[in-house]
Amino acid sequence: MSNKKGIILSGAIVGLISVLLVKLGNPMNMGMCIACFIRDIAGGLGLHRAEVVQYIRPEVIGLVIGAFGMAISSKEFEAKGGSSPFTRFILGIAVMVGALVFLGCPLRMVLRLAGGDLNAIFGIAGFAAGILLGIVFLNKGFSLKRSYKLPKAEGFMLPAVFAGLFALLMAAPAFIFFSKEGPGSMAAPVFIALAAGLIVGALAQKTRLCMVGGIRDLVMFKDTYLISGFVAILVFAMIGNMAFGFFKLGFAEQPVAHTDALWNFLGMALAGWGSVLLGGCPLRQLILAGEGNTDSAVAIMGMLVGAALSHNFGLASSPKGVTPAGQIAVIILFAVVLVIASLNVEKSSKVELKGDVKIG
Amino acid sequence: MVKVDARGVSCPQPVLLTKNAAKNNPSEIQVVVDNNTAKGNVERFLKNSGYANISFSSDGDDYVVIAKK
Repeated sequence: MSNKKGIILSGAIVGLISVLLVKLGNPMNMGMCIACFIRDIAGGLGLHRAEVVQYIRPEVIGLVIGAFGMAISSKEFEAKGGSSPFTRFILGIAVMVGALVFLGCPLRMVLRLAGGDLNAIFGIAGFAAGILLGIVFLNKGFSLKRSYKLPKAEGFMLPAVFAGLFALLMAAPAFIFFSKEGPGSMAAPVFIALAAGLIVGALAQKTRLCMVGGIRDLVMFKDTYLISGFVAILVFAMIGNMAFGFFKLGFAEQPVAHTDALWNFLGMALAGWGSVLLGGCPLRQLILAGEGNTDSAVAIMGMLVGAALSHNFGLASSPKGVTPAGQIAVIILFAVVLVIASLNVEKSSKVELKGDVKIG
Repeated sequence: MVKVDARGVSCPQPVLLTKNAAKNNPSEIQVVVDNNTAKGNVERFLKNSGYANISFSSDGDDYVVIAKK
């Protein structure tokens, strides 16, 4: 995978598919958004009752199953876990709350910029700042410790749960919620959305596409592999948006976005920091879970709970702006992530790195 | 020769451990990893760090990346 063509091509496909999904019914600049879609799934299951964001998004199901299929076929499927699972659950909550204060996961952050939403620039700045904070701790020896091989059946659980979600979406029993208005009611046709997820899931598994990894590897190792995918998504989604007339440059009146620069920055800083400690962005967590990584499965469950809490407690932002409760939650979760980051610095590797650590 | 055990740890720790091991510029580094992602990442890092001669062997379910100057 040292060749960058694959990841650039994948990024281009992800960017174009995202624009196509908007054309076919998804909310603007939300062809793909892991945070938004997990939030919609939480709503669809009734874990929160925000009526405008309830829908079992087939894209997310496709991402997991696509990654699962690709991993099985390339013999990369392997059930493993046990690397501080509950800590990952908490980090999942933090990442989701931060993303919903900004209004988008790292992928949608790039898609928003590709649609001309300049508020995303503050998100990207915050995201980069959060990643740098995470890198400080990685360099100090932060580790959630190693994972271990687990019985294969354990790795099948999360893909099976998502297959079950698809059955619920199809059967649409009375206890499953479907938004009648708002972003949750705007959706591409089910099978197209599922196919889009499958394609992106397979490509992301193959290429290891990760928004957090892009900036992280560039800073830590001067490695431009993952950032190439990030840039390709931006460029091709922008081209697609211009072709369809979706591109609208500016800060005001952007779709499913607010203009509070400080909280756009801080929300994504929290999401970026949490994601570095998890080892990958929300998209990457879905892909890893499809490959049998149950630590990522636990992180996703943390995100699902984080999404439910965000709407039950009024933490999530809306186009009207950020909520006071959301601001307090971001500050509290910064403290929580700081404690997690500090407690998991390994003493031995600290010593090993001594010559490298600047004091003062 | 420097040996690194990077089994089980999540990204980017396999590369970070390799980077630390490469700090004193040893002529040979061996990194044990347990998945393809880490194998590819470690290989890419070592190539970029001037280790021209990289080979692999498998040890049960694990991979050993062997890099020489």
